[in-house]
Parts: sequence; structure tokens; C-alpha cells
Amino acid sequence: MDQWLQALGKGGLSFFERLGRGNVFLLRTLTGLPSAMGHFRLVIQQLHSVGVLSIQIIGVSGLTVGMVLGLQMYNTLVDFGAEDSLGPVVALSLVRELGPVLAALLFAGRAGSALTAEIGLMKATEQLSGMEMMAVDPIKRVIAPRFVAGFISMPLLAAIFSAVGILGSYFVGIGLLGVDSGAFWSQMQSKVDLMEDVVNGVIKSVVFGFVATWIAVFEGYDAVPTTEGVSRATTRTVVHTAFAVLGLDFVLTAMMFGED
Amino acid sequence: MVKQRQIEVLVGGFIAIGIAALVMLAMKVSNISAFTEHEGYEVVAKFNNIGGLKAKAPVTMAGVHVGRVVGVDFDQDAYKAVVRLRILPKFDRIPVDTSAGIFTSGVLGESYVGLEAGAEEEYLRAGSEITLTQSAMVLENLIGKFLFDKAAGDDSSKNDEF
Repeated sequence: MDQWLQALGKGGLSFFERLGRGNVFLLRTLTGLPSAMGHFRLVIQQLHSVGVLSIQIIGVSGLTVGMVLGLQMYNTLVDFGAEDSLGPVVALSLVRELGPVLAALLFAGRAGSALTAEIGLMKATEQLSGMEMMAVDPIKRVIAPRFVAGFISMPLLAAIFSAVGILGSYFVGIGLLGVDSGAFWSQMQSKVDLMEDVVNGVIKSVVFGFVATWIAVFEGYDAVPTTEGVSRATTRTVVHTAFAVLGLDFVLTAMMFGED
Repeated sequence: MVKQRQIEVLVGGFIAIGIAALVMLAMKVSNISAFTEHEGYEVVAKFNNIGGLKAKAPVTMAGVHVGRVVGVDFDQDAYKAVVRLRILPKFDRIPVDTSAGIFTSGVLGESYVGLEAGAEEEYLRAGSEITLTQSAMVLENLIGKFLFDKAAGDDSSKNDEF
């Protein structure tokens, strides 16, 4: 009993310690943002490694998710003679939920883990300490540009995911299943609201981008500077981002679409 | 230097594709006219029963979308549902004796308000009330009525036999 309580207390303390470190770290990163914007070349390099290199996985996943959604929804809708509703069903589920959430999960796997591993290895090879020796703030030089790049990339990647997914379901629905093309788009346009659905989806992806990038750079910066520590930090990035994104998604959905 | 330039071009392409995707979502997927529907003028109509009508349902005239329902309220004095309709500003010559009805598109479709033009020379303005209204047809009531009529009809036919 005694040991059990002790383990609980230890776990709780280390959890809140990490949470506190994470928040202090976030604050320092945010104060480092102006200087990162000053060295925009660094941000562009990170936009390349975080954003451009993620397009492939985001595009392919978006396309297949859209195509599968189109196929599955069609099979259900056709029973009710409502196959013209394929457009709004696919568009709403992609724009509201699947686009931001799946893009964030893929982003954590593709870009977040890379960020953590890179920063963790920099720490393990004492590059970060070296920078501090030369009076270069690693937060401003290394962390802040990566944070900005992730924050900018995520909403764009989520939008690409949704758009490609809708195109994928269009190809399946119109090309393979014979849904009327005019009904597909016009029903979609009458059901999908710009502010209610599209803008709320973009807000979600902005929040997810913020959280996913924060977790990724913090785990790297906070990693135990050994081979094993970096590998653990990378794993934690993916797992914690997934938890955070799914939990926040529920909260945001309840806030945005909860009433009525 | 060439490397940096290449990276910048790729990042530029990425941002362009991302913004293009956002624009596609805004223009092609959702209805951009949602912005302009905040203008226009509001009129009210009182119904005995609105069935499943909700805010944001379309208002049509001869099948053409002319506005949206912006709110549904209940009038405790008249015991009627008060439906506020926002009509797009370009449809400014709808006669005051226009009648409004609540219909359903298809069997399971959504409810909408259909307007039937009247003949007056005076036109609806902001704050006008549409007085000629026709309640929603509630399917359960119709079935009940039909069964009741049928039962009554059977009874009377039996009475005739005797």
C-alpha cells in the first residue's frame, strides 16, 4: 500500500514537472518567435523539411481515405436511394473531422518524430550546449524556426488532405459508381457552410498544428541525451501527439458543433 | 546558393498548393454566398405548426432559393410559431399578399419554406409579416386522419348494408 502510494506520488510529481517544463519551454519559444521571423531563411528550410516533404504522405492518404469513404458511403446511401448525398457526406466528414485529425496524426508520424529525433540528437551530440557556449540561444536558433514551420504547415497540410480526399471520392463516385456529377457538387455546396464547417475545420487544424509541433520540439529538447533517450522521446512524440489530438478533437467538436 | 533557391521554390510551391486547397474548400465545396446572406431584409411569418423546420432551412420561390430561415420562435399570445425569414436583397419585389407554406423535399428530405407570389402592387419590406401561411404537413397527423377516415368509411359502408 505504502509503495503503491509512493509510486502514484512519484508518477504524479514527474507528470506535473514535465508539464511545467513544457509550459516554460513554450513560453521561451514564443518569446523567441520574433527573432525567428527575423531569420526567415531558417524558417523556410524547416518549412521544406516539415511541410514539403510531408505532402507525399498527406496526399496519398487523403486520396485513399476519400476514395474509401466514397465507396463505403455509397453502399450505405444507395439503400435509401440517397446516393446524391455522397458529396455532402464525404465533404462534411473530411472537412470537419478526418482532414484535421488524420493530417495531424500523419504529421506527428512524418514530421513530428523527425523534429524530435533531430533536436534530441543535437542535444545528445552537445550541439545545443555548443551553441550556448557561443552565446547563441538554441531556442531562438533551432527551436523557434521549427515551431513556426510546423505551425504554418499543419493547416495547409490539413486543407490539402481534405481537398484531395474530396477529389478522390469524386473520382470514385462519378467515375466508378455513376453518381451524378452535378448533384455531387450542388448538394455539397448547399450542405457545407463556409463559416460553420470549413473555417471550424481550419481552426481545428491550427490548434492541432500548434499542439503537435509543441510536443515534438519539447520532447526533443527534453530528451535524455543518449541513444535510448532519443528513441524514447521519438516514440513519446507520436503517442502523446495522438492522445492530445484525439482528446482536443473531442473538446473542439463539442464546442463547435455541440449546440443544436 | 542554388540549393537554397531550390528549397525556396519548393516551399513556395507547397504554400501555393495549400492555399489553393483552402480556396477550393471555400469556393467549390462550401457555398461562398453564405457570406452575402447576412445581408437582405427580414420578414416574419406565423404558422400553426412548423413540423421539423429549423433555422438555416432554405426559403424558395418557384423552387428557386431566395433566402434562409434565420430563426424560429414561439408566440405565447397567439400560440403560433414565429418564423423569421431573411430574403436576399435582389428579390425586392415580392408582393405583400404572398403566401408561405412549409414543405419537405422528398419523403425524408429537409423542410423548407416555399413562397407563393400574390398579386398586390405593394412589396414586402424589412419587418413585414406574411399573413397567409400554410402549416407543415405532419406525416403522423396525415396517417392518423387517413386511418380515422377509413375506419369511419368502413363503418358507414357497413351501416349502408344493413
